[in-house]
Amino acid sequence: MTASAKEKLGSDPNTSLIGKRIPKMDAPEKAGGRTRYIHDINVPGQLYAKILRSTQVHAKILAIDTSAAKALPGVHAVITAADVPWQRPIGVAKDHLPLKADRVRSPRDEIAAVAADSPEIAEAALKLIRVDYEPLPVLTDAIEALKPGAPLIHPEPPAAPGGPALKPGAPVAFTGKKDNVAMTFEYAQGDVAKGEAESDVVVEDVFKLHYVTHCCMGVSGVIAEFDATGNLLLYSNTQVPFLHKREFAELLDIDPGRIRIIQPPIGGGFGSKLDIYPFEPIVIFLAKITRRPVKLLFTREEEFLASPTRQPVLLKLRSGCTKDGVLTFRHVETLHDNGAYTSWGATTPFVMMQTISSLYRVPHCKYLTRAVYTNNPYAGSFRGYGNLQATFAVEAHMDKLAESLGMDPLDFRLKNAQDPGEVTPQGMHFKTCGFKDCLTTAAARSDYQKKHRDYAARQKDGSPVKRGVGIASMLHVGGGAKIYPSDGCGTILKIDDFAHVTLITGASEIGQGSETVLAQLVCEELGLPLSAVTVVNNDTDITPWDVGVHASRTTFIAGNSAIGAARKAKAKILGAAAAKSGHAEDALDLRAGGVVVKADGKMLFELSRFLRSLHFSDKAELVMTTFYYEPPSKHQDKQFKGDVSAAYAWASQVAEVEVDTLTGIVRLLKITGAHDVGRVINRLGIEGQIEGGVVMGQGYALTENLVVEDGIVRNPNFRDYKLVTAPEIPDMDVSFIETMDGEGPQGAKGVGEAPAICIAAAVGNAIYNATGVRITSLPFTPERVYRALRGQLPPTVWNVPS
Amino acid sequence: MSAKVDIQFRLNGVDRRVEVPPTMSALTMLRDVLDLTGTKYGCGEGECGACTIRVDGVTLNSCLMFAVDCDGREVVTIEGLVADPAGERLQQKFVEYGAVQCGFCTPGLVVQAHHVLESHPHPGRAEIQRGIEGNLCRCTGYKKIVEAIEDAGKMGSDPKLGGARP
Repeated sequence: MTASAKEKLGSDPNTSLIGKRIPKMDAPEKAGGRTRYIHDINVPGQLYAKILRSTQVHAKILAIDTSAAKALPGVHAVITAADVPWQRPIGVAKDHLPLKADRVRSPRDEIAAVAADSPEIAEAALKLIRVDYEPLPVLTDAIEALKPGAPLIHPEPPAAPGGPALKPGAPVAFTGKKDNVAMTFEYAQGDVAKGEAESDVVVEDVFKLHYVTHCCMGVSGVIAEFDATGNLLLYSNTQVPFLHKREFAELLDIDPGRIRIIQPPIGGGFGSKLDIYPFEPIVIFLAKITRRPVKLLFTREEEFLASPTRQPVLLKLRSGCTKDGVLTFRHVETLHDNGAYTSWGATTPFVMMQTISSLYRVPHCKYLTRAVYTNNPYAGSFRGYGNLQATFAVEAHMDKLAESLGMDPLDFRLKNAQDPGEVTPQGMHFKTCGFKDCLTTAAARSDYQKKHRDYAARQKDGSPVKRGVGIASMLHVGGGAKIYPSDGCGTILKIDDFAHVTLITGASEIGQGSETVLAQLVCEELGLPLSAVTVVNNDTDITPWDVGVHASRTTFIAGNSAIGAARKAKAKILGAAAAKSGHAEDALDLRAGGVVVKADGKMLFELSRFLRSLHFSDKAELVMTTFYYEPPSKHQDKQFKGDVSAAYAWASQVAEVEVDTLTGIVRLLKITGAHDVGRVINRLGIEGQIEGGVVMGQGYALTENLVVEDGIVRNPNFRDYKLVTAPEIPDMDVSFIETMDGEGPQGAKGVGEAPAICIAAAVGNAIYNATGVRITSLPFTPERVYRALRGQLPPTVWNVPS
Repeated sequence: MSAKVDIQFRLNGVDRRVEVPPTMSALTMLRDVLDLTGTKYGCGEGECGACTIRVDGVTLNSCLMFAVDCDGREVVTIEGLVADPAGERLQQKFVEYGAVQCGFCTPGLVVQAHHVLESHPHPGRAEIQRGIEGNLCRCTGYKKIVEAIEDAGKMGSDPKLGGARP
């Protein structure tokens, strides 16, 4: 960015906080162990809940006997679906009853729940509950789910005995399914047959992406409490408090205004708290029935068994290009294992098709996804939201096409990469786009081209340990996401007599650092130090509406909203200062805790003193409210054509690996990344986001694998589910490409999800560069790589019924 | 429920006497009986390190230790490192280096790092990485944690800077 571009934003380079390394405001409390997470909060009079889950994968519930559990001293309530006939289905497709009435569809399914004086008593009570099942045919293969005669997972509407399935007149009605197709997404641009006819090279592969799960270090939990008049207070780890208010209200058939959600600091989110899960309504039921506060915490095993996963995907990709290296078409078909219920994660194809159609320029595209019901764990939303899977396939083909042409993979990518100003055939408008800079920066800093040639030449040199480099890039929303009809955030900003600012924002902090970034943006406008700002962001009775923490949207949307409020306050203060000092309003500025003359920096008033004087003379009224909605654009139509975000983020990452061909062990040596982030707001924070995302991507590529066999999770613990540990992390070299987005707050775009997206794709390409073997399925664990190098890995095939 | 055992131990520099059930873990005792919630439950199986405490100088997963086994020992938790010079310095460095995101693993890591610096006053990165390999973090990618500990260790032997005990 040029100096003049920064000046235009009014930043004073001497005092500006933008782009500096700012420690997180909540870090001191957290480092000292003083932060109170939901696990650390206890409400007087609170009972402890535990949930009984199915022992069967797919079965009818014939009878439930809770009498012995109810008789246990210390037990206050034992509930089943029969006790809450008014419960309603939850979820995007309204296909999920919190307490299962007629049948269980996976081993995680909730059958009964206990509220007791202690967790131990609740646990003992669970063991006394008897459930009689009638086993049903089990369906755990997504391909089988599409075949005629497959067991049906949702043949009937979900209903409690004697209760209404849905609120009358509710907009989404789930009435049972004659087949197992939960959702279908279709997209087309141009004519793929024409594109293929124009191609000199065509490649096709089938990619298989596995189950992984979030592994938030803080397990799930909730506390529910009703007051004497029936208002519900919920302590919740949700990422979307305002939408959940509405969903809980629908569930309880009460006015959403009677629900208050307080969000204690959260031990990790990563998309896992985008949906509500049965445990939340169940605890609400228990609180309602017992008239006591009720708390539930998962065990780690429960967290593995009953939390969502990333979508497992089978993906067939056919791509082509001309002999000059110009992409011609992409034809994609994917099959998603939805599991037994539909979560927000089922809508990930919405993101995947963007990568297929618009990461590179492709004139002709066809895309079809079917998400099918099975008895497997149900998949949810997870950082990257389908983009890790799509990018894995697309970037493997970029390498493959380049190799077929004898072109350098970087040159091939540069030839097809998007430029600023482009409107893609899908309708995405890239107002800023640093993609080519990302590619060349990451390649130059990693010496990619030379290494790629050298390592390829060493593939057959007889040494057992090989090295390889691989490059991959990504496109993701970076300026909000119009998943819902709107994408807004509200801010209330007040300044007290001592010039202390309280920023009340709808945007939740989930560890990513939004609190600090929002405070920085406000300080920048008001010329105040960070210590002058307190952020309130965790109570729906106080905070203005926000659509939730997801889609890398908070800095962009909530940041713009916060800036709007700060500017209003600034205008008011400067107006008063102008009247008092005789200077023109636009000749004044707020800097260094005071009102100054813009031209020479002369301090006219110390701010807190000036605000106090206003208080006693004029009306200060320094409470500002604003909302920010992303600027109008062509909203996507039913054919998925249109713009989904006000800005798009780009990144390229080069992975360097060492492959031990004798053991199959792949070591990730280095990730060299270049990220178009618009502009860096908090350098310390953004580095942390990127490093954490890289290592999460490393886990997806190399170590993590939730083993699901016959519908049952076989490794629900950290011993067998391998997160990356400190000694295994790669060297990380991160560059920022500052494209100064015109709509972004101080020029910034979102980055939260971006760093995790390319890693598996880049590692896959690096393994190929090292060994000459293309592995089209994840994870790259030693056993699977060992087999792949010997041609013993079962081929990934597409035998999906059309 | 069952008979309780009377135990006495030194906790964060103060002698404590508590009655605990024989099956209770040290983690549950610290959190639920003694109200010290800085020590976290992450897995209950000794795999994540969120519950790391120091017992007679070494670090342990308190979820795997019986509360009754604290009897007669010296126990230090994250709360006990607030006034400890090396502990304070580590916390400052974690903040300064951006080693804290959601923060749930942080207390366990600070306690573990305290032990690492005491046993290796000026550790290199590889030593630090080995030293904290039993502590899982899902947010940060560990890099900034390692940098924070490394910098805290640089001042390790300078008593004016509150160096760790030799």
